[in-house]
Amino acid sequence: MEDFLQHFINGISLGSIYALIALGYTMVYGILQLINFAHSDVYMMGAFSSYYVASFFKISDRPGVVTLVTLLAASMLACALLGLMIERFAYRPLRKAPKLNILITAIGVSLFLQYTAQVVFGADPKVFPTVIEDSVLIQAGSVQLKSLDVAVFSVTIVMMLALNFLIYKTKLGKAMRAVSTNMTVAAMMGVNTDRIIAFTFVVGSSLAGVGSVLVGMKYPKIDPLMGMMIGLKAFVAAVLGGIGSIGGAVFGGILMGLSEQMVVGYISSTYRDAFAFGILIVILVFRPSGLLGKSRVEKV
Amino acid sequence: MRSLLLTALIALPFLVSCTKKATGPRTEIVIGHFGSMTGSEATFGISTDEGIRLAIDEANAAGGINGKQVKLITMDDQGKAEEAASVVTRLIEQENVIALLGEVASSRSLAAAPIAQNKKIPMLTPSSTNPKVTEVGNFIFRACFIDPFQGTVMAKFATENLKVKKVAILRDVKSDYSVGLADFFIKKFVELGGEVVADVSYQSGDVDFKAQITQIKSKNPEALFIPGYYTEVGLIARQVREGGLQVPMLGGDGWDSPKLFEIGKAAVNGSYFSNHYSTESKDPAAIEFMSKFKAKYNKQPDGLSSVAYDATRMLLQAITSAPELTPQAVRDQLAQIKEFQGATGKISIDENRNAVKSAVVVQVKGTDNKFVTTVNP
Repeated sequence: MEDFLQHFINGISLGSIYALIALGYTMVYGILQLINFAHSDVYMMGAFSSYYVASFFKISDRPGVVTLVTLLAASMLACALLGLMIERFAYRPLRKAPKLNILITAIGVSLFLQYTAQVVFGADPKVFPTVIEDSVLIQAGSVQLKSLDVAVFSVTIVMMLALNFLIYKTKLGKAMRAVSTNMTVAAMMGVNTDRIIAFTFVVGSSLAGVGSVLVGMKYPKIDPLMGMMIGLKAFVAAVLGGIGSIGGAVFGGILMGLSEQMVVGYISSTYRDAFAFGILIVILVFRPSGLLGKSRVEKV
Repeated sequence: MRSLLLTALIALPFLVSCTKKATGPRTEIVIGHFGSMTGSEATFGISTDEGIRLAIDEANAAGGINGKQVKLITMDDQGKAEEAASVVTRLIEQENVIALLGEVASSRSLAAAPIAQNKKIPMLTPSSTNPKVTEVGNFIFRACFIDPFQGTVMAKFATENLKVKKVAILRDVKSDYSVGLADFFIKKFVELGGEVVADVSYQSGDVDFKAQITQIKSKNPEALFIPGYYTEVGLIARQVREGGLQVPMLGGDGWDSPKLFEIGKAAVNGSYFSNHYSTESKDPAAIEFMSKFKAKYNKQPDGLSSVAYDATRMLLQAITSAPELTPQAVRDQLAQIKEFQGATGKISIDENRNAVKSAVVVQVKGTDNKFVTTVNP
C-alpha cells in the first residue's frame, strides 16, 4: 500500500511535467492544425539558456527565489523569441502550402535545433543549477511528498487555468478561436491572423520555457537531446487527452505519468513505453478525437 | 535562378561523394576511428577521440612511425549500430585504413566487428567489455578487461570488503554492457553465498527512476549494484538518496567521469566502482598521461580517454614493429603484445585477443576517485 501511494505521488509529479509540455503542442495544434515537432527542442533550448544565464550571473549554486525568477524569466524569454523566429522563418512562408510540407519542415527544424545544440553547447550532459532546495513536506511511513512535486503540479494547474482564461475570456482569445475555426473568414472580419499565430507560438514556447526550468529542478541533467523522449511522451499525452483541448493535455499528461510509474513499479521498465503507446492505440480506436477532444464533423 | 539552385542542391551529394578518393602510394599511415561523435552517447565518442588524438599527435611530434606521419580519420556513427557498420565499411573501402579503433559501446563494436573480420582489417576496441566482441574472429582485439572479470571483482568486493549479503540490481536493459555486467555480478555474488533481492531495470536516456527505487526500497537491500553509465548514474544516485535509501552503491567502469560527481553531487560520494585506473595512481605512466591530457584539453581525463590512449599506443607499437605495412602484419604484431606499459597499467593480449590487466576498485570522493584496492586477474 505504501509503495502504491509513493508510485501514485511520483506518477502525478512526472505526469504534470508531461502535461506542461503537452500544453504547448495542443495550443499550436488548436490554431494551425500543425504538430509542432520543434516544440520539444524549444524546451531544450530553454533549459540551456537558463544554464548559461545562471553561470553568467554566477547563481548556479545559490538556490532561492531570486534564482528561480531570473531563470524562469531567462528561459521564457529565450523560448518565446525562438518560437517567434521558428514561426516567422520556417512556418509562415509555408502557410499556403499543403499541411504535409509544414509538418516535414517541423521535423527539420527539430533536427536542426538538436544537432546545432550538440555543436554549440557540446554533447556532454550539463548540470542544471540548483534553483530551490527540495524538502520533504509530508512523511507518512516510507511515503514522502516533496515540495518540488507539489510545486510542479501546482504550476501545471495554474498554467492550465490561465490558458483557459486567455482563450475563453479575453478578446485575444476570441481572435485565436476565430483563427482556429476558419482562418480566411477571421482575416476578412479584421483579425490580423499572422499576429495571432505568432502570439500563439510565443505563449506555447514560453510554457516550454517554464517546463524546462521545472524539469531542470527535478532532474538536474541537461543535454541537447533531452527534449526528444519527453517531447514524444508529451505529444502522446496531448493526443491521448484530445489534441487541441487544454484540459485534455493536462489529463493526458497525468494519465501517462501515472501509467508509466505503475508499469515500472509493478511490471518492468521494459514494457513502460509499450504500455504508454498501447493505451494510446486503444483510446484512439474507441475515441479517435482523444478523451476530452471534440469530434469534428467533416464539412463538404 | 530557382531551377539552377535546385539542380545544384540535387547534385551536391554526388559531388561530395567524388571528392575524397585515395590515390597513389601512401606517404602516411591511416588509422580509422569510428565512434559516437553525435547523438545521445556523443560524450563517449568524444572522450575516446580525445584520448586517441593525444596518442597520435605525440607519435607525429616524435617524427611519426618509421618516418611516416600517422593520420587519424574519425567517423561518426551517431551512436547507432547500423551506422557503425556503414562507416566502418567506408573507412575500409574508401579510406583504406590499416587498422580500426572503436567502439565504446559493445553493441556497436559487435555490429562493426564482422565487417572488419571479413575484410581482414585489425580492429582494436578500447573499451567494449562485453566478451562476445572478440569472439567474432582473429582480427578483433580489445585493450580493456572483460565484463566477467569486472563483475567478479565487484561481487568479491561486495562480499569480502563490504560484507553485504543482500544486494539489489538496477540495470540498463538497452545496453549489452550493463546487462552483461549485471549477469556476471549476480553469478559470482550468488556463488559466494549472497542473495539478489531485487533485479530491476531502466533504459539509457531515462531521467526518472523513482518507481524502480521505490520498488527496491521495499526489499531492504544492503547494497545497490548499478552497472550503468555516468550519464544516468548521477541522476539515479540523487534519486536513491532522495528516496531515503542510504545503502552503499556499486558500479563498473562506465561510472568513470568527473561528470558523475557534477550531476550526482553529494549523493554519489562514498560509492564504489571498478575501474581501469585511479586518479590517485602512483604509477609514473598514469601520472604522465594525466598531466599531458590536462595540458592539451584543460580538463581531467575520464576512463574512456585513458583506455583509448592506451589502445592507440598499443596499435602504434604494433604498426612500428610490423615488418611491412599490411593489415595482416599489424594483426600479427597486436596478437603478440605482452606486458605493455600503459597509463591504465600493464596490458598483455591473451590467446583470445582480450587484454589481461588488473582492475582497481575506487571510491568516489568529489571529482577524484579514492583508490581502495587492486584486483589482479
